[in-house]
Amino acid sequence: MDIYLLEAIINGLLLGGVLALLSLGLNLIFGVIDVVWIVYAEIVMSAMYAVYWLHNYYGWPLFLAFAAAIMIAALIGVLVHVLVIEPILGSAPINQLLATGGLLFFLQSLATLLFGTEFRNLGVRLPVLELAGLYISFSRLIAFVVALIGAVILYLFLARTYLGTAIRAISQDREIMGLMGVNERSVYVITSAIGGGLAGLAACLLVLQYDVHPFIGLTFGPITFMICVLGGLGNMIGGFIAAFIMSQIIAIGGFFFSAEIAEVLAFVFFIVMILIRPQGILGKK
Amino acid sequence: MNAQRLIAYLPPAAILALPFFMPNYYQHLAVQIVIWSLVYTSWSLMGRFRLTSLGHGAFLGVGAYVPTLLWNNWSVSPWLGIPVAMALAVTLALVVGYPCFRLKVVGHYFALVTLALGQVVLLVIVAARDVTGGSLGMTPRIVGHSWYALQLPDKSEFYAVALAAWLIGIAVWFRVDRGMERAALEAIGEDEDAAAAIGIDVLREKLKITALSTALTALGGALYAQYLMYLNPDIMSGVGVSFQIVFASIAGGMYSALGPTVGAAFTIGLNEGLRVLFGTHFIGAANTIYGALLVVFIIFMPRGIVGLFETLRTRTRTPPPSGAPDTQPAE
Repeated sequence: MDIYLLEAIINGLLLGGVLALLSLGLNLIFGVIDVVWIVYAEIVMSAMYAVYWLHNYYGWPLFLAFAAAIMIAALIGVLVHVLVIEPILGSAPINQLLATGGLLFFLQSLATLLFGTEFRNLGVRLPVLELAGLYISFSRLIAFVVALIGAVILYLFLARTYLGTAIRAISQDREIMGLMGVNERSVYVITSAIGGGLAGLAACLLVLQYDVHPFIGLTFGPITFMICVLGGLGNMIGGFIAAFIMSQIIAIGGFFFSAEIAEVLAFVFFIVMILIRPQGILGKK
Repeated sequence: MNAQRLIAYLPPAAILALPFFMPNYYQHLAVQIVIWSLVYTSWSLMGRFRLTSLGHGAFLGVGAYVPTLLWNNWSVSPWLGIPVAMALAVTLALVVGYPCFRLKVVGHYFALVTLALGQVVLLVIVAARDVTGGSLGMTPRIVGHSWYALQLPDKSEFYAVALAAWLIGIAVWFRVDRGMERAALEAIGEDEDAAAAIGIDVLREKLKITALSTALTALGGALYAQYLMYLNPDIMSGVGVSFQIVFASIAGGMYSALGPTVGAAFTIGLNEGLRVLFGTHFIGAANTIYGALLVVFIIFMPRGIVGLFETLRTRTRTPPPSGAPDTQPAE
C-alpha cells in the first residue's frame, strides 16, 4: 500500500481519538439531559485559554494548569446548567439549543474582548514520532490514548457506580426517576459538571496541537455535534465509532482530494446518514 | 382606502424615507439594516413555525456568489443572475428539505442537518478557490455606476433597491401570516401527526415555506454582495453568519412582521453605537452584551423585543381580570 495513504489513515485514526474525546462530554449531556449544548466547543475554547494564561502568563506548571482548566470547564458546565438550561428545562429542546447558542456568542465575544483576536500558541512542542518511515504526531497519539482511557473510565462510572446508574436511569425516563427518590436536580448538575470537565480535558490536549483564538470553537464545534448524532445520542460506543468514521473520511478524503472537499464529504455523509438512520449508527429506535 | 388609514401609513413611510435625506454614514447603516432585515424576515418565515434552520448562511452564500460568478465570467447581468441564484438556493433547499420532511427530521435534528448544510456550502466556496478566490474573497468586476450591473455607488439609489426588496419580504410575510398556510404550519409545528390526521399536507406546506424563505434569503445575500462589492465566505456563508441570522431574528421577535427588522436595527445599532463610543478599544464588547441579552431573551421573552412591546400594549389596553392569559407561546 502507498506509504502516504497509510500515514493518512493512521493520522485519521489519531484525529479520531481527538474527536472522540471532544464528543465524549457532549454526548453525556446530550444523552442524559437531552440538551444540545451548542456552546460546548466554546467551553473547550475557554479551557484552552485557561491553560494558556495559567502556564504562559502566571508560570504554572503544565499539569497544574491542566487540572485548573478542567476544574474551570466543569464550573462553566455547572453554570450553563443552573443559569441557562434549568429555567427552560420544560420548554422545547430547540429553545434550549438556542439559549446555549446565545451563550456561544457571549463566550466568543468575551474572549475577543479579554484576549483579542490573536492566535496564541502554548509554545510546548511535542516531538513527531518516526516509526518505520511513518511520521506520527505525538500530541495526537496522547490525545488518542487519553480519549480511550477517558471513555473507559466514563463507561465504568456509568455502569458500575450508584451515581452512574442514576444518570443512566434518568436518561431513560425523566419523570419516573423523581418518583423513585432520585434528586433529579443534583444528577443534572453533576452530569453538567462531568460534561464540562470532559470539555476541559479535551481542551488540554487540543491546546498542545492548535493555537487558541476566540473563534476556534466554530472550526471543530459542528463536527463534534455531527459525531454525537451519528453515534446515536448518548451512546458512548456509537459516538466513538462515529468519531473514527468521520476522521477517516476527513483523512482519506484529504489524501485523495483537498482538506475542504474531505470535510464536505464528512458533512454530506452526516446528512445522508441522519436521513437513513436518524437514531444513529448504534442507536435503538 | 380611507383617509384615516392613509394617515396611519404616513409615519412609517416617513421613517423609511428618512435615510434618503441623511448623510452618507447613516445611509450606509440604513442599507445594511434593510438588507439584513430582509434576510432575518426570510429566516423567520420558517423559524416561527419551529423549522429552526442553523444553515441559512448556505442560501445567503449561494445568493451572493452565483450572480457575481455569472457576472465576472460571462457578463450576465445580476438582474438575471439574482433570479438564477434564488432558483438554485431553492433547489438546494428542496433537495435537502424533501427527505428531511419526508422522514420527519424535526427539532434539534433538523437544526443539525441544516448546520451541516451550511458547512458544506462554506467549504465548497473555499475549496473552489480557483473561481471564488477561496478565503481571500472576490470582487465583482467593477464598471462604475451602472443599473445594468446593479453597481450603484450612490448609497441612496442602493437604499431604494434594498428597500424595495425588503418590502417584498414583508409582503410575503403578511401573505403567509394572513393565509391558510399559517394555520396549517402552526398546527404542524405543534404536532405533525395530528396535523396530517386533519388533512393538512405536511410535506407540501413545509416545502412551500422553505422555498419562500430560502429564495428571499438568497435575494438578501445577492444584494449584500452587490452593495459591499466584496465577497468573502466568512461574511457571506458559514456557521457565524447562520447563527447571526437566527439570533438577530429571535432578539427582534420572529413572531411579528417587524420583529426581524427591529432585530436588525437593534444589533447593527448596538454594534455601531458601542464602536463609536469606545472606538476599537473594546472589540467584542457589543457582542458580549448582545450574547448575554440573547440568553435572557430566549429564557424570559421568546417573542423578542417586538413581542415584549406587544405584550405591554395589550396589557395596558385591556387590564386582564384574575388569571391573566399567558401571551407567551405555549411550549
